Amino acid sequence: MSGVHVSTTVNGDDAEFVCHPGESLLDVLRDRLGLTGAKEGCGTGDCGACSVTLDGQLVCSCLVLGAEAEGRKITTVEGLADGDKLHPLQQQFIDKAALQCGICTPGFLVAAKALLDENPSPTEEEIRFALAGNLCRCTGYDKIVRAVDAAAKDVKKQKARVKAKRK
Amino acid sequence: MLTVSLTGSLRDAANGCESVQIDAQTIRELLRKLVERYPRLQSHLDEGIAVSVNGEIYRDNRDLSFPDGAEVFLLPRIQGG
Amino acid sequence: MSFDQKFTDQEFKVVGSRPPRPDGVDKVTGRARYGADASAPGQLVARILRSPHAHAVIRKIDTSKAEKLKGVKAVLTSKDLPDLTNGNRGNFDILENCMARDRALYDGHAVAAVAAVDEVTARKALKLIKVDYKILPHVTDVDKAMADDAPIVQPHIAQNNKPSNIANISEFGHGDIEAGFAQADVVIEKSYKTEQTHQGYIEPHACLASVGPDGQGELWVTTQGHFTFRTVCATLLGMDIAKLKVTSSEIGGGFGGKTHVWMEPVALALSRKANRPVKLVMNRDEVFKASGPTCSTSIDVKIGATKDGTVTAASATLRYQDGPFPGPWGMLGAMTSWACYDIANVKSVAYDVLVNRPKVAAYRAPSAPMAAFAVESTMDMVAAEIGMDPVDFRIKNAASEGSKASYGPTYGPIGIGPTLEAVKKHPHMRARLGKNQGRGMACGFWFNFGGQTCVDLNIGVDGTVNLIVGTVDVGGARASMSLIAAEELGIPYDRIKCNIGDTASLGHNDTTEGSRGTFSSGMATIYAARDAIEVMKQRAAKAWEIDVADVEWRDGAAHAVGVAHSNLAPLSLQEIAAKSPTTGGPIAGHNESVADGAGVSFASHICDVEVDPETGATKVLRYTVIQDAGKAIHPDYVEGQFQGGAAQGIGWALNEEYVYGEDGCLKNPGFLDYRIPVCSDLPFIDTEILEIPNPNHPYGIRGVGETSIVPPLAAIGNAVSNAAGVRLNHVPMSPPRILKAIKEQAQG
Repeated sequence: MSGVHVSTTVNGDDAEFVCHPGESLLDVLRDRLGLTGAKEGCGTGDCGACSVTLDGQLVCSCLVLGAEAEGRKITTVEGLADGDKLHPLQQQFIDKAALQCGICTPGFLVAAKALLDENPSPTEEEIRFALAGNLCRCTGYDKIVRAVDAAAKDVKKQKARVKAKRK
Repeated sequence: MLTVSLTGSLRDAANGCESVQIDAQTIRELLRKLVERYPRLQSHLDEGIAVSVNGEIYRDNRDLSFPDGAEVFLLPRIQGG
Repeated sequence: MSFDQKFTDQEFKVVGSRPPRPDGVDKVTGRARYGADASAPGQLVARILRSPHAHAVIRKIDTSKAEKLKGVKAVLTSKDLPDLTNGNRGNFDILENCMARDRALYDGHAVAAVAAVDEVTARKALKLIKVDYKILPHVTDVDKAMADDAPIVQPHIAQNNKPSNIANISEFGHGDIEAGFAQADVVIEKSYKTEQTHQGYIEPHACLASVGPDGQGELWVTTQGHFTFRTVCATLLGMDIAKLKVTSSEIGGGFGGKTHVWMEPVALALSRKANRPVKLVMNRDEVFKASGPTCSTSIDVKIGATKDGTVTAASATLRYQDGPFPGPWGMLGAMTSWACYDIANVKSVAYDVLVNRPKVAAYRAPSAPMAAFAVESTMDMVAAEIGMDPVDFRIKNAASEGSKASYGPTYGPIGIGPTLEAVKKHPHMRARLGKNQGRGMACGFWFNFGGQTCVDLNIGVDGTVNLIVGTVDVGGARASMSLIAAEELGIPYDRIKCNIGDTASLGHNDTTEGSRGTFSSGMATIYAARDAIEVMKQRAAKAWEIDVADVEWRDGAAHAVGVAHSNLAPLSLQEIAAKSPTTGGPIAGHNESVADGAGVSFASHICDVEVDPETGATKVLRYTVIQDAGKAIHPDYVEGQFQGGAAQGIGWALNEEYVYGEDGCLKNPGFLDYRIPVCSDLPFIDTEILEIPNPNHPYGIRGVGETSIVPPLAAIGNAVSNAAGVRLNHVPMSPPRILKAIKEQAQG
């Protein structure tokens, strides 16, 4: 079988790979690029454990072909932290005990980040609907919603600080 | 002399007896003597059983000595999630 | 109602606090490695061919074309898995479930497997395997399977010397129920059905197996019990137990479903045949079809009570389907059904019934939720009939210390009464309800247990502590274990590093099931720490040149006691550790034990729902969990267990069910059609942790993992009944079922 050559950007770094034409972006990330943060929970776009962003757009990477990554920018859970500094979402997930087994956590973090990028002050209902494509079987979502709410406030404070510094 | 109540499918293996009188000091001795009397209990022992002594359930501890007047139940082994 | 205050005054320094979990950073950065995240050089990819029929004789399997395909390194059928079980039927059932032998017993039963250089080749090879099936009649419904003319699932199972699908009949109870019903002013009888549900862990089963021609092997696997997996796999494959090292990966949810061996022996056997590492990962379709869901059930309940609210007699007949292999599931339903109550005359009879569905596995407090649905729904009906508040009715009949449990033993200090008192006091009970809204409450029981446990604790020269436990961390256990070790040693939490040991580094640990993790490994950690403290006291005595009897341990340091030693400043753990190389070498503590006395667990739940009379859809508006934890070590993760169990129960009550077609095949093996609750389906789930210490544990711990799934089916059933004015007796209470019930009621 002839492979497809793809040049893309993953978490800010250039990446190149050859994949089968039918191979999913999830399989490429996990098996060819060694980024196993995105998980396969269903392979049919129902659970959101494989969530990544493609040019800033939240997608289930199991429903995207690896070949579609050509020339695009991909962000995975491995790209959320800024060096050794965790993203406020990551920190709040730990502080608020918003994970138990943790298998769904990468997908939730990526989806929550996409939400906050678009809507910095989501209501509880907005958080719940934005995360409705991500399944968690351990937590009942209670602590996840609280963590995202707290992180939204942290992100706003962080932005205000950066703004103040610039002035 | 100890009165041991049998529950569930263990009762069948003991010829339908609801309870039996046995002279035993420890769980190990009790189980040995029970099997001597009712050989069909052996397969239940192999699959695993639990012994309730005064309301506390013991699954693997065979060394426990029965307190005086102990209430003893033989239960099928329990599985959990 | 008062409860036993023994042990309640223990004071803790770090236990009960909420520090960040030690595996938190790994899990929020994607670094944590789960079952499917490991790879080995030269690894092959395995796939399993599964039966498309519910019940069929396998006349012949032709693998020749698959074997010839380039890139295929091993093909496996049951012929490659000879029966080495030596008459142990339980092990043989596991073997037969891993790979069908003469018959396929359910839609999705494995019939052959392939290991190839990549996924594409492995899939292609599966298509080249030709299986000659002779389709047999099947049965998937529990009531139909009990009928005289039902197709027989396992010919070796018999009742009264006649082949039968009834694998076991279990009876529990005491007193004279006929006399008890005769005393009753009100007797209510009702029949119920609950549909089959899956644990629904988000991580599919996955493993990486490697076996060499020298008979040595390694298995990396997502499991709740790597030691048990080792024993089972080694036994089925004729390997020496010590030569198979099993490592439990991070586990992406289990809820009982990962206590059973499903496909791991197949991966090991393929690896042995190919002499290459083999990675085997189920897809979601396979998880639903071929890894164990819980039972569907059919239950009849009868309760008699006097007008003053005393239950005089209660009986239940419980029919649980086990899939094609006998299990303890009906029996557990019978044992748990009346456990919340003190009833003079009580009886439960359970039937474990075989059908052509996947092998049933444990699912969080297995079998208790269905029995509780039937019992607690009927309890509400009786309370209504005698005009009593349902909470008061339950309080009046609640079991307490000294009550004879319906399954036999006499209870010690227990928490059902206190949870009910807490329900009465809870502000949730006084909140106003709107149109089409209703409130329900229900109780639940689970046994909890302990079991074989082994823990190591090693103290480094810098005074940090490596704690190795053998129960897996399903939801924050490493944090709890670290808190316990820190408490016992008297040092800060962040000086402890807790790891889950593989099977080569610790003695046997029973599977992490029955809410035993924190209870039993917590107990072993305490004793291992005390063991290490003894060593440190000896080292201090040596350094001070005094008798060890004059040394005591408190606040993380050895103190010399007595006037004669008042000049000796305490030696901290850190100081003792630093000197350890010259005072006798490494300092370690160890414990191996059978942790018994886990202490039974009770919960009461309250919920408010709104039922849309046009669509039959139910929205959960508010939910409160009240449960006894004995002692909450890390309250965040205790709350998490309460909330998670409630959410699973809500899904079970309202949405989730296995749908089988006339052909006996599963019609909804995916998360789109098997709908578990999503974030927008649920409200915040309030929790109240009661701490009624377990007298059998040094810290008073009771397991907390399972009980929270027991009450929701009934709590929601009671709430729906109050909201819609109609009693639902079939779970899930999906919109079509609710609409049908409303219509039938309107038509009289």
